[in-house]
Parts: sequence; C-alpha cells; structure tokens
Amino acid sequence: MKRLFVKGNEAVAMAAIEAGCRYYFGYPITPQSDIPEYLSRELPHLNGEFIQAESEIASINMLLGASATGVRAMTSSSSPGISLKQEGISYMAGSELPGVIVNISRSGPGLGGIDASQSDYFQAVKGGGHGGYHIVVLAPSSVQEMYDLTMLAFDLADIYRMPAMVLADSVVGQMKEPLVPNKRPVADLPAKNWVVRGKGDGEQRVVKSLFLGDGELEAHNWKLHRKYQELKARECRWEAFQVDDADLLVAAFGSTARIAKTAITMAREEGLKVGLLRPITLFPFPEKAFLDATARTKKVLVIELNTGQMVEDVRLSVARDAEVGFYGRPPGAGSLPTPEELLEQIKRTIEV
Amino acid sequence: MRHDLFIAGFGGQGVLLAGNLLSYAAIIEGKNVSFFPAYGVEKRGGAAMCTVVIADGDVGSPVIGNPSVTIALNQTSLDKFGAKVKPGGICIVNTSLVNLDAFDRSDIEIIRVPMNDIAMGLGDARMVNMVAVGVYVARTGAVGSATLEEALKNALPERNHSFIPANMKAITAGAEFAIAKTS
Repeated sequence: MKRLFVKGNEAVAMAAIEAGCRYYFGYPITPQSDIPEYLSRELPHLNGEFIQAESEIASINMLLGASATGVRAMTSSSSPGISLKQEGISYMAGSELPGVIVNISRSGPGLGGIDASQSDYFQAVKGGGHGGYHIVVLAPSSVQEMYDLTMLAFDLADIYRMPAMVLADSVVGQMKEPLVPNKRPVADLPAKNWVVRGKGDGEQRVVKSLFLGDGELEAHNWKLHRKYQELKARECRWEAFQVDDADLLVAAFGSTARIAKTAITMAREEGLKVGLLRPITLFPFPEKAFLDATARTKKVLVIELNTGQMVEDVRLSVARDAEVGFYGRPPGAGSLPTPEELLEQIKRTIEV
Repeated sequence: MRHDLFIAGFGGQGVLLAGNLLSYAAIIEGKNVSFFPAYGVEKRGGAAMCTVVIADGDVGSPVIGNPSVTIALNQTSLDKFGAKVKPGGICIVNTSLVNLDAFDRSDIEIIRVPMNDIAMGLGDARMVNMVAVGVYVARTGAVGSATLEEALKNALPERNHSFIPANMKAITAGAEFAIAKTS
C-alpha cells in the first residue's frame, strides 16, 4: 500500500473515519485542532455529523448520547479540555458506553502551556472522574500508531462497552511521518443489543449510571471490576526492544519512548546492554511484561515527561528485588529531553 | 544511513516547506523519515524551525539534540542552533542575512551561501529555502536531486505546481554553488 506523509493528528482523524466513526463532537484547543479541522471537512461528505459544541462539557455529553444509540462516535481535546470532560467520562463508564476520547495532552496544571507533556498519565489511567472506574488508555509513539491505535480504541470500546482514550502529545500529534493507511481490522464485535433508538414494539431499554435498588450498584461495580480484570488478562500490549540480554531496562511510553529508543541505540553502540519496555496500553498496564523482564534484568530506569507518574505502576509491577529509578522533567517550552540527555542518564544509572 | 537536520529561520522563509520537501523525497525513495516542527506560538516573522530525520532503517527519536547538519536562514537561528551542530557536522549559513564574525566553531564545516542574493539573481527572493535545499542535498546526498522534482508535486499545493520549474532552478543553483565551493 502507498505510504502517505501525514501529521499525527490527521492520522487520528483518518483512522476514525476508517473505523466507521461518523459522529464527532468537540471544541477547539491547541495542539489537537487538526483533528476537528480534518473531520469537519470530511464527515459531511460521508453522511456524518460534525458538531463544534459550545463547550467541552457539551461535547462529551453529545458523545454519551450518540454512543447510547449504538453509533461509533468520538471527541478530542487537550488537557484542560479533557479535565472538563471528566464528569461525562465517568457517566459513560457508569453507563457502560463505548466512545473514543483523544487527548493530545499539553502542559499544566491549569492552562499551563501548549508544549508536549505526559503529565496526564494519572488522570487517564486512574479514572480522571469520580467513582473508581477505568477506561482503556492507548499510548501511540508514532504517526502509524496514532492511526492503528485509534482504530483499536474503537474496537476495544465496543468489545468491553467502555470509553477508550488515545493519549498522546504534541510531538506525536504535530510531527509528520510515513503512514500506511491500513484497512479497518476485522474484529469480533458483540451485538449492540442495549442501544436506545426508540422503543417501538420492543422491550424498554435503559442506559443509565444511576442504580438505587438494593444491592444494584454494588453488583454493577463488581461487573465493571470484572471487566477491568478481563482487560488486564487479555488486552495488555507493549513493545520490547533489545530486552533479552539487557542489564538495564528503560521504561517509557509515547513520544518519550521514541527519544529513549535512540538513546538506547547509542548506548548499545558504546557496548552498554540496555533495552526498552514500552507500554502501549497504559490501562490495562502490562504488569506481567514488567514482572517477566525483571526476573532477569534487575535495574529499571523509568523516563517520563513529567515528575514521575507511570513509575508508580512500574514499581508495583516489577520483581521484588528489582531497583526502579526515575528520570523526568516537568513539561514546558523547550524542555523536551534529547537522546543525548537520556544517554547520560542511562550511563549514570548503570554506573551506580 | 541516517541523516538528521535542523532547518531554522523566520516565518515566511519557507523553513517548513523545505522540511516537508525533503521528507516527501525520502518517502519516494523508500526511506523512513520524521518531520517535527517546533510547535509554539509561531507566526510570520517569528521563529520557525523543524527537525528532519531521514533513515534507511528505524528513524528513532524525532527529537534531536545535536544534529549532523543545521541550515541557518537568519541570524537568530545561527545564534540559537549553531552551537548545537555535532562535532564534525555541517552548518549551512545564509550569509545574505547572517553575520558569522562571532561564530566560533572550528570543529565543524561552515558552508557560507548568500542565499537571498542567489534567489534574487534567479528573480524571486522567496526561493531562499530551495537554494538551501539544493546546497544540503548536493553536500549530503540525503535524497537524490531528481527525486526532489517529484517531491515538489507533493509538497506544493496543486495551484502552485506552475512554480515547480522555478523551484527546481533554485535547487540546482544551490547545488551548483555547493559543488563549486567544495571542489
């Protein structure tokens, strides 16, 4: 298939269309506005609907409503906008509604800045809204993955009946790379026998997150919990790069993993045995991959574009006798780490 | 083979178009490439910068600390990125706008090109970026110059395809200047 030259954000929009998404609701914010720009141009030609809502809160609730009718739908935003959407995401999780949310995250807290950041990790994987739920979180590290993982997000959302998030940043969102626009994969999707499209002569169906009956909510939460366990058992995805003989394991996700990979190649050229374990699913977190890898490699260096978030999940996952170190910086203008900088940290960790 | 490059100048000099053009050419040649624009509050007259990595294999990091080549189209770019060129690397400088008196790097090759003058000589000051691309390609061989003509069709919107011959002329002029300088 012909390789196109595409911006990461545009790859997300292209993948949504290929995945059959025809409904988009959003509100503009840097650095993700290429996504609504693309979809506002394309969806009307596909009998779809593009709505620039009056706010992020309106757009997430439009997603909730569209999803309840069984169609594939999406919203996208960046960190401050994603914060505004959290209430709706919690309601979608409670109502067991699929739907894809894209966060091309920027630096915070508050309005912060527009630079690349990984400081929304906690918000994304620990349930950013109230109620102790989880959503699927996928972390692409290339334009190709922006495309492929967006399509996967739609499938996982439908299979598990829950919201799925693509979590990236302006490095992956704004850079351009070759893209092979793969066809939508064939997935074994359950029938949507719960959608609300007007009762007609059929049985009444209700999509809701309010459960007031005796024991009803507890049973509902146990059901959600089982779903998260199922996800952990079946859907963990990660990339392992030169880990088999590694004395040091670097763990990083998204754009930082790309920078780390080059640092690892530089380290290998100097004879240092370093490997990379890159979680692709942040929830479910690939716990077993870390446990298995640290059965042999006892040193781990987690690198993030924040002051330490994923490192907590790594610490919970590794073998008991593994040492987990951390290197990261808060995001901000001009503060992207370079491969040279990460190489220095790798060397420092090995020497200790 | 792996080529990494900073292109920097001010908005309107065609920094991003130059990066896009090289990227399209790399794709046509079956190579891998990443094009990463500095993303901030850019505007015409403000700072513009992009990082391009072209590789036969995995591109790896789209973010580079010390590139093997930097193209500096204005003074600010040289001041900001000149010091970052990898030892043994190349700095291609637009001497029409850049003063090199304070630039002290004996460990890299500095290619001085009066890009605005060359572009004006061809009748269009906007071709500065294409002169720079010509110099870069002639000096590094990162992509073939014949591929660039094909790549221009992708990099330029269709309404500007009539300018492809003029762009090619500027690329050739840059390449010839580079070859004359090194031989």
